[in-house]
Amino acid sequence: MAESIPADATHGHDVHHHAEQSFWSKYVFSTDHKMIAMQYMFTGMAMALIGGFMAYAFRMQLAFPGIEVPGYGTVTATDYNALVTNHGTIMIFWVAMPVLIAAFGNFLIPLMIGCDDMVFPKINRLSYQIFLLSAIVLISSFFVPGGGFGGGWTAYPPLSAKGEYNLTSLGSSLWLVAVALEFVAFLLGGINFVTTAMNARAPGMKMFDIPIVVWLIVVASILFMASVGPLIAGAVMLFMDQNIGTAFFDPDKGGDPVLWQHLFWFFGHPEVYVVLLPAMGITAEIMCVFARKKMFAYKTFIYTTFGTGVLSFTVWAHHQFVAGIDPRMANIFTVTTLLISIPIAEMCFIYIATLYGGSIRLTTPMLWALAFVAEFLIGGVTGIFLGASGADIYFHDTYFVLAHFHYTFFPIAIIGTFAGFTYWFPKMFGKMMNETLGKIHFWGTIIPFNGIFIPLFVLGGAGQHRRIYNYQHFPDLAGVEMQDLRVFATVSLIIMLAFQLVFFYNCFISWRKKEKDAGKNPWKANTLEWTAESPPPHGNWPELPTVYRGPYEYSVPGREEDYYPQNVPG
Amino acid sequence: MIDRYVETLSTYAKDIDNLILLIGVLVGFWFILCEVIFFYFIIHFRAKDGKRAEYISGEEKSHKRWISAPHLLVLVCDVFIVVGAVKVWYEVKQQLPEPYETVRIVGQQWAWSFVHPGADHELGTADDIKTVDELHVEVGKVYHFKLEARDVIHSFSVPVFRLKQDAIPGRVITGWFEPTGTGTYDIQCAEICGIGHGVMVARIVIESPERHAAWVAEQSPITLAAANRP
Ligand SMILES: [Cu+2]
Ligand SMILES: [Cu+2]
Repeated sequence: MAESIPADATHGHDVHHHAEQSFWSKYVFSTDHKMIAMQYMFTGMAMALIGGFMAYAFRMQLAFPGIEVPGYGTVTATDYNALVTNHGTIMIFWVAMPVLIAAFGNFLIPLMIGCDDMVFPKINRLSYQIFLLSAIVLISSFFVPGGGFGGGWTAYPPLSAKGEYNLTSLGSSLWLVAVALEFVAFLLGGINFVTTAMNARAPGMKMFDIPIVVWLIVVASILFMASVGPLIAGAVMLFMDQNIGTAFFDPDKGGDPVLWQHLFWFFGHPEVYVVLLPAMGITAEIMCVFARKKMFAYKTFIYTTFGTGVLSFTVWAHHQFVAGIDPRMANIFTVTTLLISIPIAEMCFIYIATLYGGSIRLTTPMLWALAFVAEFLIGGVTGIFLGASGADIYFHDTYFVLAHFHYTFFPIAIIGTFAGFTYWFPKMFGKMMNETLGKIHFWGTIIPFNGIFIPLFVLGGAGQHRRIYNYQHFPDLAGVEMQDLRVFATVSLIIMLAFQLVFFYNCFISWRKKEKDAGKNPWKANTLEWTAESPPPHGNWPELPTVYRGPYEYSVPGREEDYYPQNVPG
Repeated sequence: MIDRYVETLSTYAKDIDNLILLIGVLVGFWFILCEVIFFYFIIHFRAKDGKRAEYISGEEKSHKRWISAPHLLVLVCDVFIVVGAVKVWYEVKQQLPEPYETVRIVGQQWAWSFVHPGADHELGTADDIKTVDELHVEVGKVYHFKLEARDVIHSFSVPVFRLKQDAIPGRVITGWFEPTGTGTYDIQCAEICGIGHGVMVARIVIESPERHAAWVAEQSPITLAAANRP
């Protein structure tokens, strides 16, 4: 990556000059959106390895209770709670968020709207630095006396509020501080995304010439910024309850523990859409390119995301049907929750309709994008059982819930990431990935993924409740058939984790290749990032592009080529 | 679907199972329909030499029909599900029938303790029977429970009843159940409550009227005190 082009006179603003940089200013204290994107990407992937290792440790304990887990040791009840808590926390806040929003947002927004960098590059750098600090604080919480926090990723007080109840007072406080820092980092990032996408577009790019993924990242950033306030307030209150003896959530002194749940889920439900929307955007980009199709009903899709975003603020109490809220409230939240099925179904219909009449090429990124739709559908339809209050009485806090949200979050955070990463890898590094290895990795991930979570739906249906380190203590759950399902899920997980080596090997050999074989536009795509060099130099283009049309003009009748880049005049 | 794995032992368990079945059928229909069309398109529209993709904006009315018509059908399904869900919810959580007896249930780290009203069917009298991790009830009778938590949030869950209710410190939450068959089954704590959450198991013993009367007589503090007298 040594071929930064010299600063060019065509740049409108001279805040940052794109000259040759030292190692430190290029890789560590960079303000280049692409470098910050890579920092987020690889920090997120490293955290995913930690979160995946945690899953390995606790799934081994579930399948073979009391076993000495190779590479970990014995999983005690305390360890188990800390592992499941931090697995959830890490995968959502330190993997899905940094990779989908921050990494792809940073990499794609300036490149896809045709500008040279984020509007506030220094705020962008600060955002990553705070994020890195938050990750360090979280990891350090595992090593303090008492160990990491083990009260569940939702951190319900009074358990999370008092050391005498959770036995990890320092770990709980550090966990909370880490989460709060992480939110600050993404608030800073979100400001940048929205401002850049709205104000720094290339000449000629109208609102409805913006690629879907950029739209969706912007909507997601707005959702995040609008929902996170109550939770940051809640986190401050909980921190004070923990450390200076306030009693916001302490019923003995007039507080209310359920208040936390409202603050948490008011953020927590929109948060699902915060990570879902970027993944949906990535999928849409890839499907259009590899089906050589115009996005079906592009504007409707965007309006639908607005609708989903607004509705997502009205459904939070579906997490609390049996949590002691006024039972009449459940009826209202059942209605709002089921209403959300309409925009989500619409988005799925649009994906399917986009394939109609296409000329589909099953490349590795396309396989991931298609798998996203196929698997996310399972997550979507199983959510209906949980949004319907009467059925949720039974399913709440069972493995059915767990399997449901893994069928949403896994497609989002893992499938969506692999789709985007394999699709934009040529742009990021200038080299093509190996397709055969890519497909081996794809099937080696998708098949075991279903092998993990389909048995867990069954276990949840059979009444297995969550966060139990050894089901042999429960006579009705100790049967051989149920244990066999647990073993099956664990074995599937190990197979899936093993296949990730193929991915890292593929990245490594592709990155090590001598010649840059990608060229500017290996997939023959329309959007602006494919008009820059691969990888794009600091500043992205010697001369910023001008936009003449929408992003999905594929297979336009009467044109010889089946694509029509946004920057080509005519 | 659920009764294949867990017995159905309360008056409302069947209704919850039927609701789950209704949802299963409706969403199952959409799920299979979507996946079939999706995979059909993937196979049917594979790239072929010399064949170009079609150019369809999807913005015209004749195109949009294909997504707006299924929409209406989704909405109709939603209405069915909402009505079913609210009906069941109302039965289980909102409209409590007159009780035969009321029991007190207290969750604490990491045990369930129960107070049975004893032979006089009244809580708060001398013949109340206190137990830990074992709840005795009589089949075919309506019970109310008063659910409390002493320290952190727990969740009282009896899968064979399809019943779940969080226990919140500082509150007393009332609920109900009517067992329809005898046997001994798990009571879970379904909400993480600290390091002992994984061993917070109790059992519910559903007895015939005779056996239950015998148990009450045997466990009554008054009889026990008499037996201990020298
Ligand atoms: Cu939700
Ligand atoms: Cu518990």
